[in-house]
Amino acid sequence: MSPRILPFIMVLAAMAMVPLVSTSPFYVNLTSQVAIAAIGALGLNVLVGHAGLNSLGFAVFPGLTAYLVAWLSTVGGFDPVPAALLAIGGTLAASMLFALVALRTTGLGFVMITMALCQIVWGAAYRWTSVTGGDNGLSGVPRPGGAVLPLERPEWFLWLCLCVLALALLQLGRFFDSPLGVALRGTRDQPRRMSAVGYDVWRIRFVAWMLAAGWGAAAGLLYAWYHQFVSPHMMAVTASAEVLLMVVAGGAGTLAGPLIGAALVVLLKNLASIWIDRWMMLLGVTFVVIVLLMPDGIVPGLGRLTAWLRRFRPAPAPALVPRERTDG
Amino acid sequence: MPRMTTRAAACSWLAATALSALAAWPVAAQQPPIKVGFMTVRSGALAAGGKQMEQGMEYCLAERGGMMGGRKVELITVDTAGQPATTKTRAQELVERERVNAIIGPLAAFEALAIDDYIRQVGVPVISPSAAAEDLTQRKVNPWFVRAVGTSAQANHALGEYAAKDLKLKRVATIGDDFAFGHEATAGFQRAFEDNGGQVVQKLWPPLNVADYGSYISQIRTDVDAVYAAFAGGNGLRFLQQYAEYGAPVKVIAQMTTVDEGILKSMGKEAVGVISSGWYTATQDVPGNKEFAAGIRAKYGADPGYYTAGAYEACAFLDAAVKAIDGKVEDKQALMKALRAVKLEKGPFGEVTLDEYGNPIMTVTIRKTEEKDGRLQNVVIKTYPKVTQFWTYDPKAFLADPVYSRDYPPAKNLGK
Repeated sequence: MSPRILPFIMVLAAMAMVPLVSTSPFYVNLTSQVAIAAIGALGLNVLVGHAGLNSLGFAVFPGLTAYLVAWLSTVGGFDPVPAALLAIGGTLAASMLFALVALRTTGLGFVMITMALCQIVWGAAYRWTSVTGGDNGLSGVPRPGGAVLPLERPEWFLWLCLCVLALALLQLGRFFDSPLGVALRGTRDQPRRMSAVGYDVWRIRFVAWMLAAGWGAAAGLLYAWYHQFVSPHMMAVTASAEVLLMVVAGGAGTLAGPLIGAALVVLLKNLASIWIDRWMMLLGVTFVVIVLLMPDGIVPGLGRLTAWLRRFRPAPAPALVPRERTDG
Repeated sequence: MPRMTTRAAACSWLAATALSALAAWPVAAQQPPIKVGFMTVRSGALAAGGKQMEQGMEYCLAERGGMMGGRKVELITVDTAGQPATTKTRAQELVERERVNAIIGPLAAFEALAIDDYIRQVGVPVISPSAAAEDLTQRKVNPWFVRAVGTSAQANHALGEYAAKDLKLKRVATIGDDFAFGHEATAGFQRAFEDNGGQVVQKLWPPLNVADYGSYISQIRTDVDAVYAAFAGGNGLRFLQQYAEYGAPVKVIAQMTTVDEGILKSMGKEAVGVISSGWYTATQDVPGNKEFAAGIRAKYGADPGYYTAGAYEACAFLDAAVKAIDGKVEDKQALMKALRAVKLEKGPFGEVTLDEYGNPIMTVTIRKTEEKDGRLQNVVIKTYPKVTQFWTYDPKAFLADPVYSRDYPPAKNLGK
């Protein structure tokens, strides 16, 4: 296990060091955004990569949580932490209801139904102006913290995001290796056989759905705390598609893929745009290149690349073995 | 000895010039440029407005030779893509990475609201060139925010009164984009119209991205005196065209962006006769607009519109404030104070002052769209000077009421 988690520890440590190196909080905040996006992408990866359920409505989980925590901690008058717990609880409860509808289908049907569910919540956020503020959204969402944990400071907030990200990686890594994780991949590849063998496919998928919802909710909570503002835009179809893009570009079904995909999307969107005016085009071209060269994502693609390169490496020289003297 | 005197005079003049040049030169050279962040939209549905904003900004800076208050201006333009989250990150980039002295932008109200808390925290002066959300200068006044344009409803109060008093309309149906800008504009119109004896008997809200207005147009009642339209972006163009295809049974009165110059150039006969109200139209006769409109037309080949004039005005605000503090923009508090005290004698909006909430008090005109000089123009038919965001209402009572929305003020005459 330890050689596998070593790269993750190094990446997380590098991200945690950004505040010590960077001269401006801009890069610290950008790293927080990468971490938040990665948590969301990891959640979606459970569905897309391991359950084989492509969702185009993932933004509903972070969206619901963000709206709940925003409403509870501004209009509702709750403290940030109880508001956060209630928001995550509320999201999980709503997700159970959604599961009853969404998990009746697979394939294209699942894509459409998840999109529809997300659109319903988006529509409520957009139209229910008296509660949600309509497209003006809810602003002034307070971050928790105080003297011990000054989360209003960018570096502390980044470290919180990284802690959650580490938890997500750890939990999901263990889950994917567990018998349940293997069974989940079984339902992805051979749902009928799994069913025939005696596995309850629906229940296994339900676990995956709730895991995705849980990590999506965590990402949404951090999103609301980070931006201190929510608006219906975060539940638009494009927002869901962006998370899907992160998973697919990074490599669905791998643990590192969503992390790399999230970093790629967030950095291209926010860093490349500093130097390149046509950053949208750059984003598009990058994904076309990824799809052409590494159709299954960056992580599997790089794996194949190193394997291919290894073929060209000269065979190691035979070790010199001292010959026994025979003339003695 | 007259010769000596001349020589002495020449010498002393030379010395004085050299000295003053020496004294002035290092100061000018050492002063770094004023960094201005400019948030525009270059992609997505709002890109057309963003482009006009960039033109207004470019024109304003060119007119001032790239200088404000004796210092060079470095403009850092960022594209928010019309997304609130991206806008926030772009604002962080401007403040934390570029360390700008002031921000002009963003375009949309929801973008401005997305960075509202952030600019409070970091304390950077922001001038809005187009975002019109009521509460930004009403119930949620931000000490670091001033607006170069009016609120959504500011010009619509005037139209409401004009429709009731001058046009003698009794019953009006409204149709508007189903988002905050449409809601607030319609609410302002409804309030002033009903307070002057009119009745709003129907309110329709087609979604912002609706493909076809047919199903809404067929619902518009034909037993009304007029239909009030509040559309943003390219929607006014599409609505008026489709309304004309349905025979346009009743006449149209409109909120300013419905027949804005930015889309007027793409319109045809369907726009002729539309009566609208606003704080800007290319033809309005206020001090400074003639030169501005002619300059924009010469440089970009099109009439300036809402976004062009707004960005220009925001830039002019900053220029005036920077001048007032002799270019010392490093003192943020002083710059913000100067911005709040800005008084412009001339410009696209004419004479402008700010109220205590940071919102302009300016001339609002009632215009009629006509074909003139081979193109459609909004010809001014009535002028309301010094209109505030509160119209004739008492600011205290106004602010005690809820913010304008889809349901406020309540429409009591629906279905009558």
